[in-house]
Amino acid sequence: MQQIINFILQYKNFLLYIFLLIVSLGFTIQSHSYHQSRFFNSSNWVAGNIYNTSHGISSYFDLKKENTKLVEENKRLHHLLFNKNEGNPTELDSLQTTYTIATGQVIKNSYANPRNYITINKGKNDSIKPDMGVITSKGILGIVENTSNRFATVQSILNENSNINAKIKNTDHFGSLVWNAKTYNVVQLVDIPRLVPLRVGDTIVTGAMSSIFPENIPIGVIRQVDLDNSKSFHHIDVTLFNDMTNVKNVYIVNNTKRQEILQLQEDTENNDQ
Amino acid sequence: MINNLYIINIIRFALLVLVQVLVFNRLNFFGFINPMVYVLFLYWYPIKQNRAVFIGLSFLLGLSIDFFLDTMAVNAASSITIAYLRPVIMRFVFGVNYEFQGFKLGNATQIQQFTFLALLIVIHHLVFFTLEIFSFANLLLLLKKTLSISLATLVLCLLFGSLFSIRKE
Repeated sequence: MQQIINFILQYKNFLLYIFLLIVSLGFTIQSHSYHQSRFFNSSNWVAGNIYNTSHGISSYFDLKKENTKLVEENKRLHHLLFNKNEGNPTELDSLQTTYTIATGQVIKNSYANPRNYITINKGKNDSIKPDMGVITSKGILGIVENTSNRFATVQSILNENSNINAKIKNTDHFGSLVWNAKTYNVVQLVDIPRLVPLRVGDTIVTGAMSSIFPENIPIGVIRQVDLDNSKSFHHIDVTLFNDMTNVKNVYIVNNTKRQEILQLQEDTENNDQ
Repeated sequence: MINNLYIINIIRFALLVLVQVLVFNRLNFFGFINPMVYVLFLYWYPIKQNRAVFIGLSFLLGLSIDFFLDTMAVNAASSITIAYLRPVIMRFVFGVNYEFQGFKLGNATQIQQFTFLALLIVIHHLVFFTLEIFSFANLLLLLKKTLSISLATLVLCLLFGSLFSIRKE
């Protein structure tokens, strides 16, 4: 017994180091394999407020650029609205729409890590929930992962764990959008069969399979097409429309029918067994 | 004297965390270079202090940066590694001098201080990017990031070091 105590006393620094290392490795491996930790993320009170203050100061510097972007978008939407003949008033009824939109602002962004998360200044108080889609005026940005009362963290599409359903515009060939952690403006589209004709410059949009994003949200254009190792699928590099280094105003998309879709899919799978 | 030491380290801790997350993690020089200047805390920390407290503090330092950056415990793991290895590195760099009671970092030669800092940074970054990238398939990416970001951190730390030099600790 004496010897054991002596041993512990003698190596207490080493044991402390090993203990803390195992704790941190545990956290790290968990974050690699699955979602972000539930509590330790930048949507917590302290980090959120500090980022919010810093955002409050720095956002003044590019107000002009942001305004131009928003005006551009308004112009496009007005164009759509005015050219739409005989709008059906029931479509504007918020009880009947499938997607509801909330706005928010990015208060922390990163794109240099293999797993990037974005923090936005809307949270549970604004009825933001995990698994809502986040888009900008140019294209998709990510999926809400954790929320606190006033903030939410978003898993960016520049994240190794990200996996989003995408398709070639005007066709129904779909695949998965992933990121190889190399360049911040290029993502990869995989699982598109080899026989699908593709051209460099084709547009990639979100697919209909996802219950998170509406169909046909722009993502990017094809930059390069290769075959994967099995030679039966395309491996496509996609240049993003969104400049991931410069995002400020975002829209959070809520699919009001998501619960119903998920419930139905789960029931069907259970019935099969 | 003792209180003074505590206060200096607490202020240093808070300032380095804030500077790291609000300034240096937004640099994105060349798209990926974000120097990690908080390593300076471990460089400046007094030598003749309880090692267990030191390791604990570096764990807290890394963890608080992880909170902000959503990189769960990667910073913490690399900080405690250099905190644990610091005496070994010091013995390697400063030789037997380091064992004497009167040894101060400020008294060592410039080259010794530089080597000490460089070793801390390189080991820290190597552990950090190994854990962050976590696959040997991306060995080139790992080496590229470790080398380029170590260099950036080293330059910035040297600048900070000469701005806020250690005089009497």
